[in-house]
Amino acid sequence: MTQDEINEMLKASDRSVLVNDEKPTKKSGFLSWYEGENDILYSNLRMKRSYEDHIKKEPTIKEHNIEEAKVRYAVYDTANNMELKAFGWVYKVSAILFCVALALALVFTVSYLPKVGDPDTPANSGVVSQRYIEKGLEETGAVNIVSGIILTYRAFDTFGETNVLFIATCCVMCMLMIDEKLLHRKEDTDSKYEPKKDDILQQTAKVLCPIIFVFGIYIILNGQISPGGGFSGGAVMGAGLILFVSAFGFETTQKFFNETVYKIAKITALCMYGLIGSYFYITGANGIANHIPLGIAGHILSGGIILPIDIAVGIEVACTMYAFYALFRRGGL
Amino acid sequence: MDLVRNLPAISILICMFAAIISSGLKGKAARVLNTVVILTVLAFSLVSFVWCISLGASVVYVMGIFPAPWGNELRFGVLETGMALFFSIIMLLSIWGGRHKMKDEVATDKEYLYYVFINLLFSSLLALVYTNDLFTAYVFVEINTISACGIIVIRENGRTIEAGVRYMIMSLLGSGLLLLGIMMTYDITGHLLMSNIQEAVRNIVDSGQPLIPLVVTIALLTTGLAIKSALFPFHSWLPDAYGYSTVSSAAILSSLVSKGYIFLLIKIFYRVIGFDIVYSSRLLNVLFVFGLIAMISGSMSAIRENDIRRMIAFSSIAQIGYIYMGFGMGTKAGMVASIFHILSHAATKSMLFVSAIGLTDVSKGSRHFVDLTGSAHRNRIAGIGFLVGSLSMVGIPMFSGFISKLQFMDAAVSLSYKKMLPALIVLGISTILNAIYFMKTVLRIYMPADKLGANRAQADVVTNTVPAARIGINGIVEEKDRLVFPQEKLYGTVIILFVILNIALGVCSNTVLDWIRAGLGMFS
Repeated sequence: MTQDEINEMLKASDRSVLVNDEKPTKKSGFLSWYEGENDILYSNLRMKRSYEDHIKKEPTIKEHNIEEAKVRYAVYDTANNMELKAFGWVYKVSAILFCVALALALVFTVSYLPKVGDPDTPANSGVVSQRYIEKGLEETGAVNIVSGIILTYRAFDTFGETNVLFIATCCVMCMLMIDEKLLHRKEDTDSKYEPKKDDILQQTAKVLCPIIFVFGIYIILNGQISPGGGFSGGAVMGAGLILFVSAFGFETTQKFFNETVYKIAKITALCMYGLIGSYFYITGANGIANHIPLGIAGHILSGGIILPIDIAVGIEVACTMYAFYALFRRGGL
Repeated sequence: MDLVRNLPAISILICMFAAIISSGLKGKAARVLNTVVILTVLAFSLVSFVWCISLGASVVYVMGIFPAPWGNELRFGVLETGMALFFSIIMLLSIWGGRHKMKDEVATDKEYLYYVFINLLFSSLLALVYTNDLFTAYVFVEINTISACGIIVIRENGRTIEAGVRYMIMSLLGSGLLLLGIMMTYDITGHLLMSNIQEAVRNIVDSGQPLIPLVVTIALLTTGLAIKSALFPFHSWLPDAYGYSTVSSAAILSSLVSKGYIFLLIKIFYRVIGFDIVYSSRLLNVLFVFGLIAMISGSMSAIRENDIRRMIAFSSIAQIGYIYMGFGMGTKAGMVASIFHILSHAATKSMLFVSAIGLTDVSKGSRHFVDLTGSAHRNRIAGIGFLVGSLSMVGIPMFSGFISKLQFMDAAVSLSYKKMLPALIVLGISTILNAIYFMKTVLRIYMPADKLGANRAQADVVTNTVPAARIGINGIVEEKDRLVFPQEKLYGTVIILFVILNIALGVCSNTVLDWIRAGLGMFS
């Protein structure tokens, strides 16, 4: 056997490497043989541990915690360090005292605030709420004042709020999204214990899912004339999707709702909202009349920009709800 | 020229659009789009800045057809547009400075998400700077928080996830307090628009109603934003978040994200409540004390630190302390000094983070001081960047840090005894502490490295069997570890631009200070 062959064999076992080292060792021949550094047959070869062992990987959270606990134990002797125990005790007590004090201070402040339901408070009698109530229908075309406020008067805030949902999904994707190849391997182990093809669940879902979807669409489309709108309707539709996926599994769902569809739906919805919003803000700010008809109050096609924005928000919320479930459950869409 | 009014609103919107579109792009396309967007916003901010200077007054921009107290509104003057311009410059340089590390730090298939976060973060910073509405500010604070978490955790190793979770908990606590404050403001004034709130607050103060709700409101708003910008007792999340995230993230978090919140706080002081009312509530004294403690404790922790990135992060705590101390002085001079320090610190800290990565790159990725010995010889341009940053932080004339320290001293001298003495003494001590840890680092990175590690090179026999980059801590200097300018053109350019920016701030400080004073005049 040549040195290279031996090295390759040793490398395969991932333990150590033989090195051709002419330098005499400090230890005597026997001692180094005894300690396994020297090989009898190839006496000028010495065993060296492979560097692979020494390469430090960045520790995982668990390793890091264990390490930290060990260090803490060694440094502070946590088991019987009275000072540390006393500090922990004082810390807990002072934390509780601080929270109680903060709560009391806030309650004390609330007693000075205007009473709830009092018609004379600044919030209830101010110019802001008065105009919303008196002119809201006329200016926004929406019977539902809440929709009128959030989607017309304060449309920019709501665009920001929709982007909060979008960025939240992106964050979850960043942490939980797994590569598609790994995902298939993982599915063998992870969801093995989940009941599949549960008859009761499937039959119920068959009946319920269409109703839930239709109800969600109804809430979204009626946002301007009755309580509801994009956020609530989207949540209902998202819940319907989650029910469907838990009854029929991801493979069936992926036939009509996979990552591509998700991305297209999300981007289209958000861009639609953004474009309508931008048109509204910029024409309004420059004193140009916009060409969005307000319609007849109480009809489905009314409320100016409210209806299209509600649809966009509904799609985005439904996508977000489903994406959260899918990412937490499976690690992919 | 009237069309220029639209530019701030358009810059917020294009950032949001870019984020939405980036979520459907591949990494490289998203990267290009991000650069284009930042450059566009930079140009827009420059134009509107010049326009605002020539106009000499602040402009109100109604988002939509409904005017002031009913719809959303932006309001911008010299200070806001100037801040947006400055933020876009720093954002561009931070992104470019960390670009060559991107492939090591972020998984390739998730790179587009990084640009989604950056674009939305940028839009939220712009919105925080421009908005004239407290609730819009809150919505964008939320976006800012979540995307900041995103750019921390995207590196995906144990430490960053831990740091991200810690950041999220502290930051959400801050958001919660801010929201409580906004709710109580609405309850006692009936308005969400900043200028209208100020009128209502004046009425409350003049009519002699109990001031307790008002004081508590100011306290909640201030505490919320102080937690988010890592003022002293709430700083524990900071070193990990800045120390372990990607280079660009660390630079952006330290120089932009915390500054956005501080700018919002200045806005709340001047435009929402009125600075004299804030002053009479004595909350500024609390900020003053905590600012002073932060200046000392941040520097002390930085001296003890053995990891270069964490050292820079701890130094941030001290610098945030300076800014809050300036608020706490309660004078216009103190506020001007603080705003100048926001600029100076943002320019310097991002340069330090970007240079530090150049130094660790040529030291086999190790961030410990022992291994950094002589690294400035191996990567000259990063060494220059770090040197200039250190000199600026310590406060050597010619660099921006000197001017902010001078301004703080100037502002402190005109105060009453009780505030002047602590301010001056702590400024002195803090400068010495700064000098200790920055000079220690600079001396180490400029130490000739040839002697060190030469004997250890003999012992290392199996170099060839292991990839060169993964040998770890052996202290061997190889020729290929030396970085020369042509290899890292973008990186070198970024450092040079940072140095120019820093010296420009230090040399043309009078002009900048005049703009800040003019801007503060337009503020309320």
